[in-house]
Amino acid sequence: MTDVAAFPSRALVREERRRRLGPLSALTHVALFVWTVLVVVPIVWTFLASVKSEDEIFGDAWSLPARLRLDNWARAWEQAHIGQYMINSIVVVAFGTLGTMLFGSMAAYVLARYRFRGNRAIYLLFVSGLAFPVYLALTPLFFVVRNMGTVPVIGPFIGLNTHGGLVLVYIAYSLPFTVFFLAAFFRTLPGAVAEAAFVDGASHARVFFQIMLPMAKPGIVSVTIFNVLGQWNQYQLPLVLLNSDRDRWVLTQGIADISTAAGYDADWSALFAALSMAILPMLIVYTIFQSQIQKGLTAGALK
Amino acid sequence: MDHGRTRFVAGFLAIPVTLYLIYVIAPYAQAFYIAFTDWRGVNAAPRLVGLENFRRLLADNVFWQAVSHNLILLVLLPILTLGIALLFAFLLNAGGRGGTGGIRGSKFYRVVFFFPQVLAVAVVAVLFQQVFRPDRSGMLNAPLIALGFEPIGFLSSTDVAFWSILAVLVWQAVGFYVVLFSAGIASIPRDLFEAAAIDGAGGPSLFLRVTLPLLWDTIQVGWVYLGIAALDVFAIVWVMTAEHGGPDHSTTVMAAEIYRTAFQYFKFGYASAMGVVLFFFTIGFAALALRLSRRERIEFQ
Repeated sequence: MTDVAAFPSRALVREERRRRLGPLSALTHVALFVWTVLVVVPIVWTFLASVKSEDEIFGDAWSLPARLRLDNWARAWEQAHIGQYMINSIVVVAFGTLGTMLFGSMAAYVLARYRFRGNRAIYLLFVSGLAFPVYLALTPLFFVVRNMGTVPVIGPFIGLNTHGGLVLVYIAYSLPFTVFFLAAFFRTLPGAVAEAAFVDGASHARVFFQIMLPMAKPGIVSVTIFNVLGQWNQYQLPLVLLNSDRDRWVLTQGIADISTAAGYDADWSALFAALSMAILPMLIVYTIFQSQIQKGLTAGALK
Repeated sequence: MDHGRTRFVAGFLAIPVTLYLIYVIAPYAQAFYIAFTDWRGVNAAPRLVGLENFRRLLADNVFWQAVSHNLILLVLLPILTLGIALLFAFLLNAGGRGGTGGIRGSKFYRVVFFFPQVLAVAVVAVLFQQVFRPDRSGMLNAPLIALGFEPIGFLSSTDVAFWSILAVLVWQAVGFYVVLFSAGIASIPRDLFEAAAIDGAGGPSLFLRVTLPLLWDTIQVGWVYLGIAALDVFAIVWVMTAEHGGPDHSTTVMAAEIYRTAFQYFKFGYASAMGVVLFFFTIGFAALALRLSRRERIEFQ
């Protein structure tokens, strides 16, 4: 598909098509521009409101701030506890994703590359989880986590209103997609290197960690991105499992609460600042890693 | 050797399978049992009542309102999202040039369009709550009022609120499918488009006769994703709307009713019965989608 010179007609064809699409081209850019505006303007508007005074916010929505009130951000960070919620989110997602990737890749590898009785059944058990609506499980899950809190010694770390409990739940609910995707990935890897390592006397675990896992890196990266974003953006599970201890809340809970619980004395400029604080890290991370993130999130649909 | 192999397999599966059984399989299994009990209250004991919950559910108008909202979303969310995304993917790739990158600025557009996808639904919900404010402080109502129109109650009018929800869902989802379809178009061999162009196909017929049929598999995947998303809508309704599904139940969905019934009214048996209904809608949709999607795949060399 690279040899343009060999087919001189190609250039003509392209010219012909450009002419045909000519009037459409202007309309194309108008349509694309309109959607760009629809995406960008609400976000920019939020950032602008985050440095407005209360009066400016309740005046005209499209007015510009007279001066930058950065103290809104300070109030959101301190008094609305956004700083605390963000740290909680980072802790939960770090451990949640780490655990998901470790246990998910272990299970996927064994299911993809070892034959044993029950293999198919376990694989289907994991994959069936992709279709279940989580809302059906909410009530029993609440009591499962509550009961885990009564387990001797480790109970206090994995019960209700603990980050440990939420991390374990995140891992368990991230396994279906992780196992499904990585098992497909491990199946496509060539076996020659691993066999050579076995001949040299390497153990099964060693072959996995030192040979197969590094070979699966592209797949691992995609699923990791998928899980980090999925767990970072999760709202339903923390709402049920961390309900009564505000100090342990994650960022999505904190943001949602400022607006749902807000009465007449609400600090609206701090709300916009909090909202901006939730958007800004995503904007930065997305700007840097956008192509990996696009690949990671769409990977499941392209398989 | 073989002993080591068995131990390895068991060792690698032990923790993931245990976690999965405790936190996923056991709760789902219990939910079906709880649905047949009258369990209410955190410290009460469940008692079997047969089909009583389901009988009550049949007469529960609010729940059926929620179901009807989910079903409307099930139809409209995929149609609107996939339609808009297909149009943009086609425009960005100028009908497809087979991996040459599309029109000028197409990468920029894809990056911008995709961004809402990485935001938490809860964050998007709060953001649009502000955008939709009913007075001069609302981003959308401010220009309307300035032009002398009546402000629109995007979230406060029972006729409008549901459509505001749908609009936000589409707003957030479109970019994902633009990227997905762009990748699909890029994998279509360029020769196909050029052959069609030589045969005299213009923009619209290129789209209908070449792009669309060759993207069909990807479109179906998108349809299944969006259908399941439509049945699972929760955060946007719970966070953005008044009264968590209001005004006057005009935006409520099944997931919101399940959560409210279980964790605000503590009627665990009744909430689980709602969950079972949702489960069968989801399984039914998945089965339907699988049935309809049996079609030969087109493989390129």
